[in-house]
Amino acid sequence: MMRRRTTLLASCTALALSLGATACGGGGPVSAGGGDKPLSGQTINVAGVWSGSEQKNFQKVLDAFTEKTGAKTQFTSTGDNVSTVVGSKIEGGNAPDVVMVPQVGVLQQFAEEGWLRPLSKTARKSVDANYADVWKNYGSVDGSLYGLYFKAAHKSTVWYSPDALDEAGVEAPASYDAMLEAGRTVSESGLAAFSVAGQDGWTLTDWFENVYLSQAGPEKYDALAAHETKWTDPSVVAALTTLGKLFKDKELIAGGQKGALNTDFPGSVEKVFGPEPAAGMVYEGDFVAGVAKDQFGKKIGEDADFFPFPAVGDGKAPVVSGGDAAVVLKDGKSPKAAMAFLEYLATPEASAVWAEVGGFLSPNKELDLASYGDDITRETAKSLVDAGDSVRFDMSDQAPAAFGGTKGAGEWKLLQDFLRDPSDPKATAAALEKAAAKAYQD
Amino acid sequence: MTATDLRDQKAPDPDPAEAGQPSTSQADRDRRRRARRRARVVAFVFVLPALLLLGALVVYPVLFSVGRSFFDASGDRFVGGDNYTEMFHDPATIKAVRNTAIWVVIAPTLLTGLGLVLAVLVEKVRWATAFKLLLFMPMAVSFLAAGIIFRLAYDEDPDKGVLNAAVVSVHDVFKGESSYPTARARDGQGLTKDVDGSYGTSAGVSPGDTVGLGLVGVRAEDLPADARPAYPAAARKAPADELRGVVYLDFTRGGGGKQGEVDRAESGLPGMAVEAVRDGKTVGSATTAADGSFRFESLEPGSYTVRLPGSNFAPPYEGISWLGPALVTPAIIGAYLWIWTGFAMVLIGAGLAALPRDALEAARMDGANEWQIFRRITVPLLAPVLTVVFVTLVINVMKVFDLVYIIAPGPVQEDATVLATQMWLVSFGGGNNQGLGSALGVLLLLLVIPAMVFNVRRFRGSQR
Repeated sequence: MMRRRTTLLASCTALALSLGATACGGGGPVSAGGGDKPLSGQTINVAGVWSGSEQKNFQKVLDAFTEKTGAKTQFTSTGDNVSTVVGSKIEGGNAPDVVMVPQVGVLQQFAEEGWLRPLSKTARKSVDANYADVWKNYGSVDGSLYGLYFKAAHKSTVWYSPDALDEAGVEAPASYDAMLEAGRTVSESGLAAFSVAGQDGWTLTDWFENVYLSQAGPEKYDALAAHETKWTDPSVVAALTTLGKLFKDKELIAGGQKGALNTDFPGSVEKVFGPEPAAGMVYEGDFVAGVAKDQFGKKIGEDADFFPFPAVGDGKAPVVSGGDAAVVLKDGKSPKAAMAFLEYLATPEASAVWAEVGGFLSPNKELDLASYGDDITRETAKSLVDAGDSVRFDMSDQAPAAFGGTKGAGEWKLLQDFLRDPSDPKATAAALEKAAAKAYQD
Repeated sequence: MTATDLRDQKAPDPDPAEAGQPSTSQADRDRRRRARRRARVVAFVFVLPALLLLGALVVYPVLFSVGRSFFDASGDRFVGGDNYTEMFHDPATIKAVRNTAIWVVIAPTLLTGLGLVLAVLVEKVRWATAFKLLLFMPMAVSFLAAGIIFRLAYDEDPDKGVLNAAVVSVHDVFKGESSYPTARARDGQGLTKDVDGSYGTSAGVSPGDTVGLGLVGVRAEDLPADARPAYPAAARKAPADELRGVVYLDFTRGGGGKQGEVDRAESGLPGMAVEAVRDGKTVGSATTAADGSFRFESLEPGSYTVRLPGSNFAPPYEGISWLGPALVTPAIIGAYLWIWTGFAMVLIGAGLAALPRDALEAARMDGANEWQIFRRITVPLLAPVLTVVFVTLVINVMKVFDLVYIIAPGPVQEDATVLATQMWLVSFGGGNNQGLGSALGVLLLLLVIPAMVFNVRRFRGSQR
């Protein structure tokens, strides 16, 4: 009974509020609030994978948009499986206006289904002016630009505990071999060099992608991502061999291979930044900082620092990235406001809103680096923007999920097998090719 | 099932209607037929909602899945039996079939057996109800929660997994821990590792020498509190009949220091066992002092090897890898037992309560002991209940999904997979091939059907 009354009350309030809003909207020009608000009275629904603090921070961006234009916004968190949720919403006639798509593969799938509206001229112009071409390419399907990359991740950062490196007397290394050498010195000091999260297959794919991008170069990387190059290619075997140098060295990995296979991603951060350190360095994206800070109370920049993933052999240092692209759905109810929202997201102003609160990197090169809240984020952002067109999107996120995104199958599982026994890169490459061929269906 | 129904209804019919009373008039017969028809219509109306529900929720999905299994991933192209052939060419599916077979054979057998034993024993305890309640309680825990609990309990790290914590502490009580599990020597700096994990000097040493045995890989914090710098001891000369040396940590904090030499800041490693070996025979043993020094007195002249036995470096016992590829399925079955034992016990206990006491009494009077009563009377009389419990569990085990999905870590997911998880993985969990997934579903259905038919037969048999 009590509950019913509260719902009634809530709906009354909602009704009153919406009435109020319409009233305001109707009297727009008269009520001289804050200049002209061209979109007042419209509501856009935004869907994305974010939840928790990311959702809270994105809400600030949405609020800023509302402030500016008067359009109301509504954010829905889809959970991990964006494509399924959005697909069923479209079928149910309840499509959101804007979706923040976390994978290139999903964006392509949406475009091929014909669900997406290409970006408006204004948005396209901002993308041309503010973004490196590579981001434009990752947002385009068959020559039309659909996606605007608003938030990016930097997945070429090796995080370390400065204490551990000081104790061993080593500096942040500049090449992969130097990194292994530094790792050996760290392990001589009694602390394992790396903590590898082998229980989570995706961290291993990220390791591989960094090595491959640096060693084989961006062109080969693109070809392999599109499965135009086979996984049996010598370049893959070479990259696996390079990675195997690290994986097979028991002294470099905390707990040896068995220990690594038993460590999940949060556990791997804990091994470096937790109360009882067991390793000096952990490789993963910029989000390691978030875990180290929120869960283990480390001060980023003092107790936890990073160096860019070093170059392998003669290659350039890799910058592997990921990101969420905003797309506008054709079936949305207020397409005009939705496009205006994307135009807004393309401006440095929108990125600055989130950059100030942290946990955010923008691929937008016009964003003033001073907007970022701390030095480390600023550095990662700078490295991402400076890398320009040599940035590559996470390869496993470009692959079909059966190959690049399934627990216990495909690339995840095969790289775990490789971590368990790194002695035969050729056989691993062959197994990867077999799984890839099946998943790409070609 | 329907066929037998009809037969059952028809069989008694002809007696009163046709054969029974030959003198019945035409009108009478008409009336009866109408009444019968009306009864049938009424019955149909009553059954209709159930039929509709069954049709919509069971029959239609089953038929749809069967149909879907003949189409490819997109659902547009008819591929005939390709999904079925592909299914049996996929090693993951074969593993799933194998694991499901293990489950079906082991889990229900163990559960029925355990349930029977517990039910019989519980009857004899004073606090039977409390005991039953306790055993039945895991049934109230959702599979998801139980999975998470057991995932933690089975964790390989003894600091997290309670099972390994127990195993490791028991092991350490009997075997003890080594003092420097992580220590090791650098390659090519005077020490060679032997197959048994011990280190020996590569070159022979003789009395009158002072040797420095440098090791690395020990954290400064992990050194015993009494450890002292090794430099003074390393500089001391040995008398002619004595072999001296230091075991030291060849690593200077913050870098620097010369490898292979005792630097001023470098600490000795106290408590390390050292042996002097000549011609393969141990002629002296010592333990290092606080500064890492050791000496062997009054040795015969000649060439010796100084050895650090492997017991110094034995890695800590890591417990059993419950969730490794070999043990993961038995481990998950263990979790399943924890949940379902109470169920088996309560059902069998109910059957036990309904047993005719006179048979038991008579046996006792005739001088049978408890084991004979259990073996010759209780079990045979309980057989119908045991079969029902067993078959119900078989059906239940076939669809086990949550426990397997949650408990098995990523790297061994494939080693633990069963048909139900495989079906989900292939259809939704990344594979997105609902054609192949449907084929797996059909396979699962085919495997469950015999058990279901058997169970339904039994129920009807017991109703009659």
